[in-house]
Amino acid sequence: MTTVTAEKLFVKGNEAVAMAAIEAGCTCYFGYPITPQSDIPEYLSRELVKSGGEFLQAESEIGAINMVLGASAAGARAMTSSSGPGISLKQEGISYMAGSELPGVIVDIMRQGPGLGGIDASQADYWQATKGGGHGGYRIIVLAPNSVQEMYDLTMLAFDLSDIYRMPAMLLADSVIGQMKESITANPRPVVALPEKEWAVRGRTEGTLQNVVKSLKLGDGEMEKHHWKMDARYQELAEKESRWEEVDTADAELIVTAFGSTSRIARTAVSMARESGLKVGLLRPISLFPFPKKAYASLSERCKLFLSIELSTGQMVDDVRLAVARDAEVAFYGRPPGTGSLPTPEEIFEQIKKTCQACA
Amino acid sequence: MKQVFTSPESLKDVSTHFCPGCHHGSVHRLVGEALDEFGIRAETIGVASVGCSVFLYGYFDIDVIEAPHGRAPAVATGAKRARPDRIVFTYQGDGDLAAIGMSEIIHSANRGEGITVIFVNNTTYGMTGGQMAPTTMPGQKTSTSPYGRDITKDGAPFKMAELLSNLDGVAFSARVALNSPKNVIQAKKMIKTAFQYQVEKKGFSFIEALAACPTNWSMSPLDANQRVCDEMIPYFPLGVYKNTANL
Repeated sequence: MTTVTAEKLFVKGNEAVAMAAIEAGCTCYFGYPITPQSDIPEYLSRELVKSGGEFLQAESEIGAINMVLGASAAGARAMTSSSGPGISLKQEGISYMAGSELPGVIVDIMRQGPGLGGIDASQADYWQATKGGGHGGYRIIVLAPNSVQEMYDLTMLAFDLSDIYRMPAMLLADSVIGQMKESITANPRPVVALPEKEWAVRGRTEGTLQNVVKSLKLGDGEMEKHHWKMDARYQELAEKESRWEEVDTADAELIVTAFGSTSRIARTAVSMARESGLKVGLLRPISLFPFPKKAYASLSERCKLFLSIELSTGQMVDDVRLAVARDAEVAFYGRPPGTGSLPTPEEIFEQIKKTCQACA
Repeated sequence: MKQVFTSPESLKDVSTHFCPGCHHGSVHRLVGEALDEFGIRAETIGVASVGCSVFLYGYFDIDVIEAPHGRAPAVATGAKRARPDRIVFTYQGDGDLAAIGMSEIIHSANRGEGITVIFVNNTTYGMTGGQMAPTTMPGQKTSTSPYGRDITKDGAPFKMAELLSNLDGVAFSARVALNSPKNVIQAKKMIKTAFQYQVEKKGFSFIEALAACPTNWSMSPLDANQRVCDEMIPYFPLGVYKNTANL
């Protein structure tokens, strides 16, 4: 494995994902071109082969995710990346991977939709990412970076969590985070105790038992057992792997909540509110599945006012409402996908003032 | 007493779910014999598809990945790229390979992936109850072509062994049948050759096996066997369509 010493780099978010994948020991990448994520396959087509990995531009998004399925089943760390329309096509394969308890990393650099939509930033695929996306009733790990540094760090975390919990993991960002350049520290891969992939299909020479990777479960009670097993795994994830960031929440009377690119703008707005004397804090979920319910529940015991900011007409706000205490109010401000429709800090500050007044 | 006939080691000693007169069992056996004869059972990864061939892992004593419908060649590509030292084969039916999975088979073949594809063509969707397949013959009645396949509306059946042989990435392509001892012996030879291509790292190899489906053809096993001879072979001629290394 190549070792990256901690050096300062000035790179695009998408490039940081690709660099981190190589550092994480990803040996197989399969992808298909789609804006705004094509920097990832472009980078890996140059660099992954240098470290002995396999890069393959697949015939389709469906082909790519199924190659990830095959490589992962054979024990490799495998990844694919795409955006909305491509992620929709991958849902079949993701469902089969979830059913077969296979790890694998899917990077989703969200663009606008529905349909062909547009290439500007959007957060309207929150539901698709966090509620299963494909058929059959399953969840995948979803991590939402809000900086180029986190694109790097959370890509590596996605590989580790995916291997530990034997389920697909998604890195959910948007074109703002994917396309912007920031300076990062390219940290070496963290040392994490990973389970042996005893289940992998490698041929019988390395083991005595037949290994079968499959999602068909026709045995009496087998399917139901699988669902409860997965459910227990999701509970364990919620317990151990919920991640979030809090800013100025200790004395806050209003908590703004946002993820990814929107959280950067919201943070500036929160600072503006503080400067004007309003007691406002920020709660940013980093893991969207597991959703950090405990953070919301705990903060809402004291603070009874929340404001969810999203680049959609409201998706994460559903989870916020389910997570806060019953007597807490949850307001929403959204900018659905539209060309140049990112909210300004001033715009969010106005919403903060309005929300405070309405509930004063 | 000397035992002169045994079951291949690569197959488990179990009964199959295949209907009486179905040729899947014969194809399984020939593949199992080929794995035994090359001594590659322990290093082989099979990729099962969706349809009657889904239970591959129940009959072959090898490691198996079950692929989504039509995606077996993509799954096999991933496995082979991850483990190039392993023998990887897919086992697919006609609906799986030539309808929903046409993109995956064409592109894997065109890339010249070092895998072997066993394609069982019985002109119908067997598992779902005998609907029209991409290889259903002109005029053939099925549960979704009750007036017979109309090639002016449904197109003509795909001839996959010929079609794939036109791709530069394909090293070996052949069509075989299992309806007579002579054809079974020939099929065995072809299936072995297909695996030999992979063992010797000589490229992508493809076998199309014409097979009977008495249940969904509403025929007795004997009549179904006869149909392979009288109707299928004239339309889907047997033979080697490509043999780049002359193995």
